[in-house]
Amino acid sequence: MMGEYDPAQLARQIADALIDASRHLESSLITRMKHMADVTERELLSLTTGDARRNRYEASLEVLRMIMENLGTADHREIPMCQDTGMVVAFVAVGPDIQVDMARLSKTIDQGISMAAREGCFRNSVVADPVFERHNTGTNLPPVIHWLPSDEPGLTIRFMLKGFGSENCTALAMLNPTAGSDGVVVAVTDMVRKAGGKPCPPIVVGVGIGGTAERALLLSKMALLRPTGEAHPDPRYAALEQEIERAVQALGIGPGGFGGPLTALGVAVEHEQTHIAGLPVAVSISCWADRKAAVVLGGCDET
Amino acid sequence: MKREITLPFDRRTIESLGAYDRLSLNGSLLVGRDQVHQRLCQLLGEGKPLPADLRGETIYYMGPAAAPAQLVMGSCGPTTSARMDPFTPSLLEAGLVAMIGKGPRGDTVINSIKLHGALYLVAFGGCGALYATRVTGSETVAFEDLGPEALMRIHVRDFPVIVGIDSRGNSVFG
Repeated sequence: MMGEYDPAQLARQIADALIDASRHLESSLITRMKHMADVTERELLSLTTGDARRNRYEASLEVLRMIMENLGTADHREIPMCQDTGMVVAFVAVGPDIQVDMARLSKTIDQGISMAAREGCFRNSVVADPVFERHNTGTNLPPVIHWLPSDEPGLTIRFMLKGFGSENCTALAMLNPTAGSDGVVVAVTDMVRKAGGKPCPPIVVGVGIGGTAERALLLSKMALLRPTGEAHPDPRYAALEQEIERAVQALGIGPGGFGGPLTALGVAVEHEQTHIAGLPVAVSISCWADRKAAVVLGGCDET
Repeated sequence: MKREITLPFDRRTIESLGAYDRLSLNGSLLVGRDQVHQRLCQLLGEGKPLPADLRGETIYYMGPAAAPAQLVMGSCGPTTSARMDPFTPSLLEAGLVAMIGKGPRGDTVINSIKLHGALYLVAFGGCGALYATRVTGSETVAFEDLGPEALMRIHVRDFPVIVGIDSRGNSVFG
């Protein structure tokens, strides 16, 4: 079916999805931020007048209020909610029925991104050389593209507008094979503690476990693709997600890093086989502006 | 609750502010982030003149998105301040009095803020659309080659921030 797709139409679809993602969050994130505000407000009311936490919780509530106002402005003014419209990360899942011309599809993805950047008032945030000239490419290109074989028919491209305030907080730990779930919780909590107020909390925590070092990092990114709040299908890993979430909330980082009873909007774990000698654990963090989009071709017709 | 501030800051105002105070800024700000900091510090190190006098100035750590037709500036929220930490003491030494960004600062910066009686203000991270509606004018001051990272001056109205580190070194970040 890949011979049949119209590149111009696909590029348009990608551009529309990215522009929409830059302005609107998925509803589960909004629900969770409202819940966070309710819990913080309730806790605040229970504090005595001299309690040092009062200032922190009030500031945290102000952050959540501003985020909501900001989302209203982004929608109304039709501009990105955050100026860091990110590096675009694309995950291309290729089904067994699909033969894909990678070079051609890459070009179409580039085209979609540059249309989105131009029409959606994105920031050009990509530099061509990381160490020396650091010249801005001026197009927000190229994206990072991951090609993934899939058992599902059709072709699905999932996008992330990955801001670097949160990306700079990415971390990896190579644990001992005997570390177990307790070791994983401690390692992840340490990495989130170190990130502190830097990644624009409230945050979504993606955890990748297993594989090799670079595979664990990729898994941690893929974990962020899951709709926020959706539990892992394996009950043991779902329980691990909950345990990590409890430990992260207990850090008390709070919205904006001001300190508050809640910090995480969600924790998602992805895992894979690994080596007898190791237990790689990676963490990718998304800021509250967890901007994702998906474009589906063939297989099913949802977008 | 929110205190109205007219920029530039005067010494009395700075000293009267405490951590967690909510402010609404009105007036003009310099805008610069990573590359601007590096270049300014390089010029200072070489004893060369700066493209803008920093004395009494407030700098906003930001690089804007493209402006839509109906606004002066596009999405323009703060970037992570900690990356500016290595450069901050030199800029405070050169007369800068306030900084606006997001997230915690290192101990060296806190000490430098105390030493110079400066201020660190926290803007609302990720709220670029909201801040875009508070900018009434902007011009590029220097380093135009840096694109969205150039040194700019912007004019703001009702620009909301929270005092993150006050002039006595009290910080909201534990």
